[in-house]
Amino acid sequence: MQTIELQKVASQVRRDILRQVHGCQSGHPGGSLGCTDLLVELYFNSMNLKSDVSGQVEFHMDGLNEDVFFLSNGHISPLLYSVLARRGYFPVAELASFRKLNTRLQGHPTPHEHLEGIRIASGSLGQGLSVAIGVAQAKKLNGDSSTVYCLMGDGEQNEGQVWEAAMYAPHHNVNNLIAFIDENGQQIDGPTEKVMNNLDLEAKYKAFGWQVLRVDGNDMAAITAVIQQAKSLFVNNKPVMVIMKTEMGAGVDFMMHSHKWHGVAPNDEQLALALGQLEETLGDY
Amino acid sequence: MALFTYETKKDTRSGFGAGMEYLSVNNPKVVALCADLIGSLKLEAFIKNSPERFFQTGIAEANMIGLAAGLSIGGYVPFATTFANFGTGRVYDQIRQSVAYSGKNVKIACSHAGLTLGEDGATHQILEDIGLMKMLPGMVVINPCDYNQTKAATIAAAEYDGPVYLRFGRPVVPVFTPENQKFEIGKALHLIEGSDVSIFATGHLVWEAIIAAEILLEKGIHAEVINIHTIKPLDTQAIHASVAKTGCVVSAEEHQINGGLGDSIAQYLALNLPTPQEFVGVNDSFGESGKPADLMEKYGLNAQAIVDKAIKAIARKKA
Repeated sequence: MQTIELQKVASQVRRDILRQVHGCQSGHPGGSLGCTDLLVELYFNSMNLKSDVSGQVEFHMDGLNEDVFFLSNGHISPLLYSVLARRGYFPVAELASFRKLNTRLQGHPTPHEHLEGIRIASGSLGQGLSVAIGVAQAKKLNGDSSTVYCLMGDGEQNEGQVWEAAMYAPHHNVNNLIAFIDENGQQIDGPTEKVMNNLDLEAKYKAFGWQVLRVDGNDMAAITAVIQQAKSLFVNNKPVMVIMKTEMGAGVDFMMHSHKWHGVAPNDEQLALALGQLEETLGDY
Repeated sequence: MALFTYETKKDTRSGFGAGMEYLSVNNPKVVALCADLIGSLKLEAFIKNSPERFFQTGIAEANMIGLAAGLSIGGYVPFATTFANFGTGRVYDQIRQSVAYSGKNVKIACSHAGLTLGEDGATHQILEDIGLMKMLPGMVVINPCDYNQTKAATIAAAEYDGPVYLRFGRPVVPVFTPENQKFEIGKALHLIEGSDVSIFATGHLVWEAIIAAEILLEKGIHAEVINIHTIKPLDTQAIHASVAKTGCVVSAEEHQINGGLGDSIAQYLALNLPTPQEFVGVNDSFGESGKPADLMEKYGLNAQAIVDKAIKAIARKKA
């Protein structure tokens, strides 16, 4: 898909995020808006997904012979749900049930509700990279050459398990994995540098044996390019970490440059104001 | 008189190793992960037979649980192995979210459970693991009693589709169950028929229960001994039938009384067949360093303790 078309999808996904969070007056819009461009790029362009002859995607839990994505920072679930629905994994209308009683769209993603596209529960932070590495190793055992993707938050880098996984993957030459860190510089209690300073993540991951790239996570063309570049590095037998600079709340001017919108829903007025900045390209649910 | 006999003593962890050796040859989907304790978990034969299906994680148990969940997504049957303390309590949230809530076909197989790891002391002697694991929705909890049964349980766990906690230990104990037995998850095993008291035992305490029954028989008391190798799902049918006959209960386990097998039995009986029950288990304390047999004596986890509790339970029945 061309960059311009991906940007149109991203605009609709951002509308979906805001409307989901507004609909239940709960959820996490800031990080969801910030990572929208990455997930749209992956699911609508770079990832090779299983589909039938008509092009309709099919969900298989084992993800065999297709690219798979794992969201470790599960609180940006409205983004993942919108992208999965827009890509055809489940009906777009189901987005209206987000976080409501009896929904498959739980506050944080889970396969417990048998939602197509979800392979693991996440939300308790720090666990997704380990799972993604396990899937990557299963792919190797299966002789499957497809790629595993994973997204973590920068606040999530505080978790010790992340560094257990970081140590493991290069040691075991996991060269079919591209992980991303959403470096928006914010976490619940404030700027990451004040709450728990990650210092130089690039140097840290390099010291752990990863190949590290950087990208502007709100530049669609740059994301496409960095994924291609990351894949070209698999030949070195090491995993790739992409540190992705994003703006929390990207796409909505009054939600940017602050951690205020990490876990706050817009009211009616704020929703209208925000939607006015985002073109309805694919039709609201 | 001896109601059961044995020729050799072996450790249950070696039964696990034998089960894994069998699976290395007979089940190509089984993979093993270990957090720097290959020798303690007796995984040498598995690794020799199928090195590509073994993953050394280093001393990083949280990552190991996540890796196992990922390998299960890819269609494999992972056994995540370490000491019981590090494989359950240390990684409870990883098991809760990535395995149990996610419904993954992961086997958490742990050695050195309970007091009988001995001299290393309380830091390593987890006595809460059955409780932690049985509280997780969908988790199967198995605590086999000897080498042969542990081997069979390992093979059965691989065949079962869903999360399993398999608990075993370090000391050598009598091998008294049949070789190459068929292990049925959730099916209690009647070892001794009796009419005066039901002794429900799990793990290393099953042999102690047999000895206790022999001592009780000399006193003219006919104890029924049932091996509850699966704490969850609990074989409530077998428990109900036995208690309906005997009218009193002793539960016996190498675990805290809080949250253990006895707890599960008491909960069932309170709802369905209220019955006097005595508990053989650790009473809300940590363990300590010492020889396994000395520890079991000090903390009241041996045949004599079961005998004493049985007499007490029978007295309460008659009162």
